[in-house]
Amino acid sequence: MAFDKMELRDVEVWDGNMAASQAMRQAQIDVVAAYPITPSTPVVENYAGFLANNYVEGEFVMVESEHAAMSGCIGAAAAGGRVATATSSQGFALMVETLYQASGMRLPIVLNVVNRALAAPLNVNGDHSDMYLGRDSGWIQFDAYCPQDVYDLNLIAFKVSEDHDVRLPAMVHQDGFMTSHTAQGVSTLDDDTAYGFVGEYKPMNDMLDFDHPVTHGVQTEEDWHFEHKARQHNDLMTKVFPKIQSAFDEFEKLTGRKYNMVESYDMDDADVAVVCMGTSVETAREVATEMRSKGVKAGVVGLRVVRPFPFMEVAEALKGAKAIAALDRSSPNGAPGMLFNELAGAMYNLETRPMISGYVYGLGGRDLTKVHLTDLYNELQANVDAGKILTPLQQFIGVRGPKLSFL
Amino acid sequence: MSEMKKIKNLKEFSTSADRFEGANLLCPGCAHSIIVREVLNATNDDLVLSASTGCLEVCTAVYPYTSWDASWIHIGFENGSTAVAGAEAMHKALAKKGRLKQPDRNPKFVSFAGDGASYDIGFQWISGCMERGHNIMHVVLDNEVYANTGGQRSSATPIGASATTSQAGSHSYGEKKNKKDMVSIMASHGIPYSAQVSPNKWKDMVKKIQHGFSVDGPVFINAASQCTTEWKFDPKDTMHIADLSTDSLVWPLYEIIDGHELNITYRPKNVIPVEEYLAAQGRFKHLFKDEYKYLIKEWQDRVDANWAYLQRREEARV
Ligand SMILES: Cc1ncc(C[n+]2csc(CCOP(=O)(O)OP(=O)(O)O)c2C)c(N)n1
Ligand code: SF4
Repeated sequence: MAFDKMELRDVEVWDGNMAASQAMRQAQIDVVAAYPITPSTPVVENYAGFLANNYVEGEFVMVESEHAAMSGCIGAAAAGGRVATATSSQGFALMVETLYQASGMRLPIVLNVVNRALAAPLNVNGDHSDMYLGRDSGWIQFDAYCPQDVYDLNLIAFKVSEDHDVRLPAMVHQDGFMTSHTAQGVSTLDDDTAYGFVGEYKPMNDMLDFDHPVTHGVQTEEDWHFEHKARQHNDLMTKVFPKIQSAFDEFEKLTGRKYNMVESYDMDDADVAVVCMGTSVETAREVATEMRSKGVKAGVVGLRVVRPFPFMEVAEALKGAKAIAALDRSSPNGAPGMLFNELAGAMYNLETRPMISGYVYGLGGRDLTKVHLTDLYNELQANVDAGKILTPLQQFIGVRGPKLSFL
Repeated sequence: MSEMKKIKNLKEFSTSADRFEGANLLCPGCAHSIIVREVLNATNDDLVLSASTGCLEVCTAVYPYTSWDASWIHIGFENGSTAVAGAEAMHKALAKKGRLKQPDRNPKFVSFAGDGASYDIGFQWISGCMERGHNIMHVVLDNEVYANTGGQRSSATPIGASATTSQAGSHSYGEKKNKKDMVSIMASHGIPYSAQVSPNKWKDMVKKIQHGFSVDGPVFINAASQCTTEWKFDPKDTMHIADLSTDSLVWPLYEIIDGHELNITYRPKNVIPVEEYLAAQGRFKHLFKDEYKYLIKEWQDRVDANWAYLQRREEARV
């Protein structure tokens, strides 16, 4: 090999951005096309550092915008190699057109989304509004709660995305600053083991196979468009879950670290449950444990996979609960929250249908504290005791001024 | 580098490599297909092609059919250049890593795009590709209008042309702004080669395309693409209109090497009046009304001035 080995300790102190860069390095990606935006910038800066010091080989294309970044990634992926990049917020928004184009052409690409609020007002801190913009774009979406998850899920994302039965791009999202800029101990794999797990890239329909020319990105009208979109959706809903599961299983065998599409915590006998994503999951788990000591049967359900939405696992995890809080870290802008809606959809046909209330929290980087969650669990317990929802359908947690709620 | 393809005559040229099939949905007489063929026929090397959204794209890759017998990709309206640049980057990366399936092949990377996709919405992407020095050729099929969406003006639409968003009417002579000088703008990036071509001058075109393929770095080609539908002329007259444009010097043929060395590559023996070019097309019909005749004179003056400017630049090597 022409590049130099980077020696890693078993545990490195990495922030989420470095964890993503290291996974990209170990997967030996062939092309990165990137454009900087806070808080995801260090992902590609770190990668440029690896390149400058000969720890990686390949092409790094510093393009002139995020739209071009994903455009370059699409061309590179269609040419038949491993591709990854990163973005946040406005950059993600600028990319949205190309996200649909990447998935519609069935091109494996890994995108690290370091979650950040969308302007206006301009804000560099974390919430989930950016990646919600792309949730219907046909990408697989993994959610990392901490730097360790970022590292692990990146390796898993390459494997799932590039699987020839899947051939769909994948995002790994992490909370801006809270995960991306917070250093923690990350258990590492050595380079060979990590690359061995991800596997060699096996091109399919690549443009550099000149004996088999291919046409990518055709035009369809009502005669074929529906078939393409329906197939793509069906593949997402049927083929991706088992591939993710087997990648999780293989990863567990290799590392002992177990991932689930839906991460249940103390849910076996829970009466009240909080459903959330990202860094909030760990805070919620801590509060749930404290609530248990006070006699409240509290549990937490964290989403690990947002797309395809693991509706069966979600319903299964929550079927025993009596009252549920769906925590949305994005402004619903005229509807109940995304998580609220999706949970409601997943659980509507359950025999025992739990009460669900929607909470909007943490916009623009606002903290979700243990006090907020304690109050929330108490509220859920009060609903259980009353046998009905006592509070509005949707509330905002920790917003200043008059209490804002809906219904 | 691969050997340059030798082409003796037009007959041989027209029947050589057929990697763009005649079977497509372009209008009869559309110059897009002629230009594409001329570009592809200039080389025997393998090709990685892209097309931006526009007439060429929607007429040549309608599922489950394709007119392309070469690697081809369409992403969107604006980013065909960057798609090809991404593929070129992947080719470099795989070459470095020793993972090319066919390491002995020497592919050419070409993006085709309309004037809308190049002068307007895709401008930034092309500029980025040129500045970064990708080894790609961007070919503009410049029909001076957004043809695929029904003939709206673009920044390549010339003064006085009637387009659907700059219509000639009782109070308007149509487009009010003059065409953007894309060749100069692109040459200003300091790229190794940029040129203006026209399908009627196929030898000149082949020479320029082959030169473009032989240099290392980005190449910009602006091709006059006569559009029967939006320019309103008879489909059999495509080459006639092209002749009128090159011989009236409305569409001068020249090249710019390394961003500054300008060479005029075609000097008509008999320069014809611009009026003849304008009169042959429905989009300029209204200019022949008495009240707008002054614009025909302005046209002629502008074309003369531009020709003088090109000659001065050629002489001065700037
Ligand atoms: C982002 C975006 N905006 C608008 C369009 C609509 N659109 C498709 S093709 C086209 C015009 C193409 O014109 P041009 O690039 O000059 O190519 P031509 O059709 O004339 O060959 C437009 C406006 C689009 N596809 N995508
Ligand atoms: S509208 Fe013009 S550019 Fe489009 S296919 Fe017809 S002739 Fe060609």
